[in-house]
Amino acid sequence: MMAYIVRRLLATIPVMAIVGVFVFMLLHLTPGDPAAIIAGDNATPANIAAIRNRLGLDRPLHEQFLTWVWATVRGDLGISMFSNLPVTKLVLQRAEPTIALTTTTLIVAVSIAITVGVLAAWKAGSLLDRVVMAFAVMGFSVPVFVVGYLLVYFFSVKLRWLPVQGYVSIDQGLWPCLRNLILPSIALGLAYVALIARITRASMLEVLAEDYIRTANAKGVATGSVLMKHALKNAAVPIVTVIGIGVALLISGVVITESVFNIPGVGRLVVDAIARRDYPIIQGVMIIFSGVYVLVNLAVDIIYTFLDPRIRY
Amino acid sequence: MTTADGILATTTPRDRQVWDFIRRNPTIVIGGTMLLLIALGAVFAPWIAGDPIVFKPVNRLKPPSDEFLLGTDSLGRDVFARTVYGARISLLVGLSVAAGSIVAGLFFGLVCGYYRRIDAAVMRLLDGIMAIPAILLAIALVSVMGSSVRVVIIAIIIPEIPRVTRLVRAVVLSVRELPYVDAARSSGARARKILLRHILPSTVPPLIVQATYICASAILTEAGLSFLGAGTPPEFPTWGNMIAQSRLYLASAPWTIFAPGACLALVVLSVNLLGDGLRDHLDPRLARRM
Repeated sequence: MMAYIVRRLLATIPVMAIVGVFVFMLLHLTPGDPAAIIAGDNATPANIAAIRNRLGLDRPLHEQFLTWVWATVRGDLGISMFSNLPVTKLVLQRAEPTIALTTTTLIVAVSIAITVGVLAAWKAGSLLDRVVMAFAVMGFSVPVFVVGYLLVYFFSVKLRWLPVQGYVSIDQGLWPCLRNLILPSIALGLAYVALIARITRASMLEVLAEDYIRTANAKGVATGSVLMKHALKNAAVPIVTVIGIGVALLISGVVITESVFNIPGVGRLVVDAIARRDYPIIQGVMIIFSGVYVLVNLAVDIIYTFLDPRIRY
Repeated sequence: MTTADGILATTTPRDRQVWDFIRRNPTIVIGGTMLLLIALGAVFAPWIAGDPIVFKPVNRLKPPSDEFLLGTDSLGRDVFARTVYGARISLLVGLSVAAGSIVAGLFFGLVCGYYRRIDAAVMRLLDGIMAIPAILLAIALVSVMGSSVRVVIIAIIIPEIPRVTRLVRAVVLSVRELPYVDAARSSGARARKILLRHILPSTVPPLIVQATYICASAILTEAGLSFLGAGTPPEFPTWGNMIAQSRLYLASAPWTIFAPGACLALVVLSVNLLGDGLRDHLDPRLARRM
């Protein structure tokens, strides 16, 4: 078991190395002088020279790359062009809202999606099943920001039940924090719920057709127990896979959701960086979010071995 | 085996067959019809709608009326005209991204699946690209290369390539050992001919389905990028830009956000329905699983 985990952990190194090369090369792949791109259209030659010097762009490319890799590995993601603060520090300052939003969404979305998916598979072909499947297609099709504005319009502007936007730190109490996260979580989680509900239904349908389910039903095991213990446990591997892959949806979604609801998180940090051409921030957040994605999927691979003891790589 | 030809064969103008097709594939018909109407609207935009660019501050934030079907935005521009013209960019981006990523993914997938020596290296590279969240990759590319429709299309294609490659590669790996490919090989056919004549056709049905899903997600990504200010230039009438520029007027002029928002959802829904229908039609085995 330990050997397997260590081997999977080592396998993430080449993936992250390629992410690193790609993120580093972005600025260098384009025709033209990276310093001039960063400086923007109204820069004087002196500005450009200063940027080139500060970022070490005047040194040979391989030397720049090695310096950058060594710094990144130690957790130093460079200095923001706009605020002159270390990117790592800026990201950490903005981490709380993003973590709060994504974890609430993840927990709520996964529990709703699995329940709904199991019920749809159990009552396959029923009205409930059709509603769930129709909802799933809708969930994929309506963009995060349109859902967000619809929710704000009805629940905040018209009904005045919930705050329009903003974020309250969890230090101010759990409820005020959650109150601000309700609408963003729904907007962010919709596509994720649709994705997981669909795969849960599909995977459950396959398992429910197995002989041992008929046996369990025939010998009088309670329906709930058949669904949860006999079926869901055996349908779990594809579901967990999609939960892992779907984290990419959450990461993309969080960037847009934070913008809609004016939540000062890591996603907003990136969006603000676009207009300011603050490349170190964009690069740093790319590395962090890619790392999170790789780690989540590493965790999924490890969870497999608990769900299905036959899996031994 | 059903292939793309299967659809054409079943839509011969015999009424009974047409009716059968509609009954068995309602989602293809519904999705396809909605998409066709939207595409016609986009093509004939100049005849349907007024000027999407001209702005008259006198008319700003007018609610929907006979003069302005969907009202006006904060600069006094015709929301209906902008929404109709917005379909052009969305469809252009969706189709170009689908075509571009299918062509690139097909190339890499065929090569990786068949020539095992370079497979490992290319697949590791693509794994790395897949780990980068697509929207961040696109944001970074657009901010480095400058915002234009062409750059947005390229920026959305790149993260799609690994997914198509994996799909094509999986098909090649399962088909390459089949007896008919063996027969072609032992009768002296060259690798290029085997790939193009004997293996390529098997990738077509799953790729058609994949293309529709890529098209849908590309339309969503373009709108998201434009909404964030990293997409098409702000003066373009795209749905993402319209929503971004109207965000402050949600309470006072909701039509400025919900008109383009509804169209966006409708287009993506049509494409997704078409995709689901095609999947059921082209691969009934997969349909049961999803």
